[in-house]
Amino acid sequence: MSDASSEPVRSIRTPIQLDYLYSAGQASTRFLRGIAQGKLLGQRCPVDGKVYVPSRGACPTHGVPTEGVVELSDKGTVTTFCIVRIPSDNLSIDPPFIAAHILLDGADITFFHVVGQCAPEDARMGMRVQASWIPREKWTTSLMNIEYFQPIDEPDADYDAYKEHL
Amino acid sequence: MRDVAIVSFAQARSRRRDLEHNEVEILMPVVREAMEHSGIEKKDLGFVCSGSSDYLAGQSFAFVMGLDSVGAWPPMCESHVEMDGAWALYEAWVKIQTGQADSALVYGFGKSSMGDLPEVLALQLDPYVATPLWPDAVSLAALQARLCLEQGVLTEREMAEVAARDRRHALANANAQVKGEFDVEKLLAEPTWISPLRRHDCAPISDGAAAVVLAAGDLARGACERPAWIAGIDHRVEPQDLGVRDLTRSVSTELAGRNAGVGRGRVEVAELYGPFTHQEILLERALGLGDDVRVNPSGGALAANPVMAAGLIRLGEAARCIHEGSAGRAVAHATSGPCLQQNLVCVLEGR
Repeated sequence: MSDASSEPVRSIRTPIQLDYLYSAGQASTRFLRGIAQGKLLGQRCPVDGKVYVPSRGACPTHGVPTEGVVELSDKGTVTTFCIVRIPSDNLSIDPPFIAAHILLDGADITFFHVVGQCAPEDARMGMRVQASWIPREKWTTSLMNIEYFQPIDEPDADYDAYKEHL
Repeated sequence: MRDVAIVSFAQARSRRRDLEHNEVEILMPVVREAMEHSGIEKKDLGFVCSGSSDYLAGQSFAFVMGLDSVGAWPPMCESHVEMDGAWALYEAWVKIQTGQADSALVYGFGKSSMGDLPEVLALQLDPYVATPLWPDAVSLAALQARLCLEQGVLTEREMAEVAARDRRHALANANAQVKGEFDVEKLLAEPTWISPLRRHDCAPISDGAAAVVLAAGDLARGACERPAWIAGIDHRVEPQDLGVRDLTRSVSTELAGRNAGVGRGRVEVAELYGPFTHQEILLERALGLGDDVRVNPSGGALAANPVMAAGLIRLGEAARCIHEGSAGRAVAHATSGPCLQQNLVCVLEGR
């Protein structure tokens, strides 16, 4: 037996590729159609009135269908954030950048996006921000229609105003 | 052992491709219907267990999204199996046996239509030597059918008769997808698809969901006029390597059937999860079912096959026969893995 064949196999490569044709369902379709028009559409839980954006069609607390269409402002509050300093192949933006949970005005659930036009050291909880949209002619059914949220000239929100959403 | 029964069952209408709804939107009305029929309130549920596979939808943590259909607040005792909901039911039954719960909601769901199901199922194989060859699930079943035919275990005519029977039964099932009167001669005249299998030998691809509620003792008697008591339940698995198995019979079904006590009384109805016609024949033999048994009154998986729910639907359909009084003793079966690798058998009784 040669030396090579007596060596144990330590790893093998087995590439996997599976293709999917994803269908978004009613609630996500409504949200995506809205964002293609520059609108942020949410839905309301019929039990406690909470507004979910994007809605997945169900209130995760009560297990009931969310109802109606609630158009939300593109302004909101940063509830929590982190500074990303590690580059990655699947990131379209260069670090460092601010990844944040944003509570849109009128919503009861936060929304994940990035904060731009803001130095990392200036990011803070309670900071007021507004969506910065890419040029209208480039809008598609994608959350990427919003390039980032940027700080606006408003006083920081009180902690009590968003403490339920951390 | 505690007396545990299936007290309610609900399912979504199986569809080839549901473009309008995501999994939660399919599941939510099903969960609500099963809960309402049981009369048990969410706050009183002892346990929730689900069965699904992220590979079907191609998105991670689909099962967490599925929980939105229940509304996990206040926090509840919950679990999930990356298997058909029939195994979620088994876990829930064990949970109730331990005394940690008196009732359980069990559901299974899947949208097989979003990916290439036979390819996705190749991921169940040994990842070092089998999956890299990408043998799809239909081709593997065809290899098994070839073995059975060449060894004289069964005939193509018997296979076509199974398809005709199940599709005829499905006429009475509003939730079934493939149904109708089919002539065996005409089915046999059809060309083979993946030889020796013809289209009618293979279950359809389906999007769907199902839910059942389990309850113990007096809680079950209060929730249901005629509970479907679980008289026996067992599941067995065969080796992963297809080459070491006897594919012309289902040894694990034979064992599970024996341990579940199938032979201890007369079986009136059997709901079998056979995704291929020849497998249904192997299952009938493994369970020793006689000619007097009504097999797959719902049409079985050959009429609707929402993967991850189809096994649970067999348990639900068998339970429904007990609930309605059309059977006093029924057998339900679920399968998982290539060529009937793993099998669960449950005996249900009305008392």
